[in-house]
Amino acid sequence: MRFVFKTNYDQDIRLFQHAGQMWTYLALFAVLLVAPAVVSSYMLSQLVFVFIYALVGVSLMILVGFTGQASLGHAAFLAIGAYTAAFMQAHGYTFATYFLLAGVLTGIVGLLVGFPALRLHGIYLLIATISFSFIIEELLARWESVTNGNEGMRVKTLELFGMEIGRNSDYFYYLCLGVLTVTIIVTLNIMRSPTGRAFIAVRDSETAARSMGVDIAATKVRAFGLSAAITGFAGALFAHKMTFLSPEMFTLQLSIEFIMVIIIGGSLGLHGAILGAIFIIMIDPLLTLLKDDVPLLIGSLAQAFGAGSERVKALEDGTQALTSTAGLKGVIYGLIIMLFILFEPFGLYGRWLKIKLFFQMFPLYKKSTFKRQKVYVKSERNR
Amino acid sequence: MLDFIQQLVSGVALGCVYGLIALGVVLIYKTTEVVNFAQGDLMMLGGFFAYTFIGILGLNYWLGFALAVAAMALVGMLVERLLVRPILGFPQFAIVMATIGLGFFLRSIAGMIWGTDDLKIDTPFSNGVVKFGDLVLADDKLSVIVATLILCLVLYLFFNKTRLGTAMRGTSENMLAAYYMGIPVKRVVSLVWAISAMVAACAGVLLAPITFIHSNVGLALGLASFPAAVLGGFGSIPGAVVGGIIIGVLQTLAGFYMAEGWKSVFPYIILLGVLLLKPEGLFGALGRKKV
Amino acid sequence: MTSLFKVENLSLQFGGLKAVDDVTFDVQKGEVFTIIGPNGAGKTSIFNLISRLYNPTAGRLFFDGQDITQLPAHKIAQLGIARTFQNIELFENASLLSNLLVGRHCHSRTQLWQEMLFLPNVKRAEREHRMQVEEVIEFLDLQAYRDKLIAGLPYGVRKVTEVARALCSKPKLILLDEPSSGLNVEETDDMSFWIRDIKNDLGITVLMVEHDMSLVRRVSDRVLALNYGRVLALGTADEVQRHPDVVAAYLGT
Repeated sequence: MRFVFKTNYDQDIRLFQHAGQMWTYLALFAVLLVAPAVVSSYMLSQLVFVFIYALVGVSLMILVGFTGQASLGHAAFLAIGAYTAAFMQAHGYTFATYFLLAGVLTGIVGLLVGFPALRLHGIYLLIATISFSFIIEELLARWESVTNGNEGMRVKTLELFGMEIGRNSDYFYYLCLGVLTVTIIVTLNIMRSPTGRAFIAVRDSETAARSMGVDIAATKVRAFGLSAAITGFAGALFAHKMTFLSPEMFTLQLSIEFIMVIIIGGSLGLHGAILGAIFIIMIDPLLTLLKDDVPLLIGSLAQAFGAGSERVKALEDGTQALTSTAGLKGVIYGLIIMLFILFEPFGLYGRWLKIKLFFQMFPLYKKSTFKRQKVYVKSERNR
Repeated sequence: MLDFIQQLVSGVALGCVYGLIALGVVLIYKTTEVVNFAQGDLMMLGGFFAYTFIGILGLNYWLGFALAVAAMALVGMLVERLLVRPILGFPQFAIVMATIGLGFFLRSIAGMIWGTDDLKIDTPFSNGVVKFGDLVLADDKLSVIVATLILCLVLYLFFNKTRLGTAMRGTSENMLAAYYMGIPVKRVVSLVWAISAMVAACAGVLLAPITFIHSNVGLALGLASFPAAVLGGFGSIPGAVVGGIIIGVLQTLAGFYMAEGWKSVFPYIILLGVLLLKPEGLFGALGRKKV
Repeated sequence: MTSLFKVENLSLQFGGLKAVDDVTFDVQKGEVFTIIGPNGAGKTSIFNLISRLYNPTAGRLFFDGQDITQLPAHKIAQLGIARTFQNIELFENASLLSNLLVGRHCHSRTQLWQEMLFLPNVKRAEREHRMQVEEVIEFLDLQAYRDKLIAGLPYGVRKVTEVARALCSKPKLILLDEPSSGLNVEETDDMSFWIRDIKNDLGITVLMVEHDMSLVRRVSDRVLALNYGRVLALGTADEVQRHPDVVAAYLGT
């Protein structure tokens, strides 16, 4: 077990609490830097999606995890970022300009959503953000002069420093990695500053926060703006990764996927956003794997247990049919959400913390350390 | 003018469906403070059950209707037992997400079992019409309205005149206190889920002749019922139905008189307006935390 | 002695119920001023009015000669009024340290963009906040719990943390809402020493709501008794306790 002896206040203020932590993250970063040379182009492409989802995950962590404001409207923010980028690029602006503007504009929309959201909380806020997202979706479909409506909109190849950067190129991977890294560092900086603590304060007790001098309205609006801006940046990258945008890409389902990122990852810290993004993106390759290999596996298992060749064939076909049904992904998504909330409420990162603590405290670890307290008195109706 | 009345009636019928879904949502919210985002999908499932009993097994409509409602009661209790009870008392957001996950799950399962084609069942109301002079009203729409009225009356009597109904109201006021007073809270909550799944099933079966039965029908209608619930005050049962009817009428009229595209977002625009101007809705009251 | 805080003809009405009815008093600089009264007398309502969580129906509040009746709630802390809550309102899922750092919020002057980059001025400010917080931790003996999550702390410690958080904002006036409720005898003793220290060593004026008469007698300079939102008596603890109206209010007539 590692004991961190604190001899200086700066130790708590620093980004890394101790040297071991710093080296771990540097090593991870180095691995990510050399990844393009090692992994397949398919995996590289998946990694880019991980980065984009992780960006949105970080933005949701700020809003939902840290500030405690629910949102099921982040697909709309992503759409605003993506369409802004695509529209401005089509009108000849450089990447630096439209990338920044995608973030800034989405951030402004976020602020505008944040102001009315001040009066709402919990379930009402959730419903309001869903409504916002529907309205944006409809707007994208109808505002044909800008978005080209339901026909969709092509996104030209990214151009940076006079160089064309294709959606599957290594450079695009580095660009996304860079944006994610900067975002994470900025977010960590905010979280160790007064604003970050104000977020947490608003989440845990608005009354107390107000009495301590936290301007609740300003804090919530800031959280909304920040979160939306990060999602806007992610949207610009998303546009280039997809190379084609249409309104039906930004549905409620996408918002739910984003929320899944932090549910799966766990809302204890930024780690959760990253782990959740990896998990969500890797479901797809796993499903493909399931489709190809599981029927054969079941077949060979049956054979090993002495089933006749006809039975084996029938079994293989049966599983094949089951695993290739269109709805399977939805079933799995639904199950994952429910199972995580039921059995792993702190998500993957929470599980990691538990395992870590188990070994640190061995043999004194007690399960109840992470037990969530249940509240049976009606609390959330009154605020 | 005739056009207008006809639109009005279809609006009221659509609104009744919203109202029935919203009613289920509110019922569950009142007793357990769980906001069920899968209510629309329970309705969808009810429709599919009815299709199975009536369309596939060829049972009599009323028998099939009853069986579908009974089956949904079981589904409701199952959901409560397996998903909701273990997480009751957790933060609201987690519970809401669990029900969203449930909706996802039910939708996809229904798609896998019954396919993604539009299904239809024959009902006694399918093609009939009622004429009042020049005014022609379809039976299927009238049946929804009448059934909603009957259901509301039954629920009203149940909650106000029976012991069990009183127990439910007690539970909704304060679960812990109700428990100490000897009300079997677990059974009550389970029953509330059963009732709201039954209401959802009724909505699903009644809706069958109007729209097709399809696995995605629940999502759209379920979400559009939230504006109804909020307009009604989110916690008031008559409010949910009235809110549903208002939303349904306004949406239908918007679809008829306004440009394309307004119809689908109109409930949400109303919702945002209500949330900003009068968040307590028409019949509700907002509480305030004591410090 | 000069007056630090003044309440003039304060009233608060919820529908037909007068929670606070024409209350007037002033708190002298450097004293411990206690409000007592039976349940529902309007004590906490007065606190909520002072910290601007409620809007008064009538009357005015003055702090340091400034009219604060119309200020928004989050501006109150900046003036130098901090408070604790009767039913602990801590930030449950944060460490004790960050709870106390939130107490410093009214002193933070850094901009969001500076915090994003964690510029040197932010770092300096953080160090300064941290130093102030450590002093309070020292003062209230909270060292052992510094990095612990609030959610796992015992009730007594949370109660002290509430006081600590309020102290972190370096207030001129601290409002303590039933500081001893739920504490055992020893913890109540500790609390009474701390309240005296807050007054004598830190020079902070204390306005307190309290039920425990032994604690009230030990620390209070003046006591105000309320019932049904109205002032019954004002004076030293003994005077108030002997006042016939107060006896009647507590024992019934």
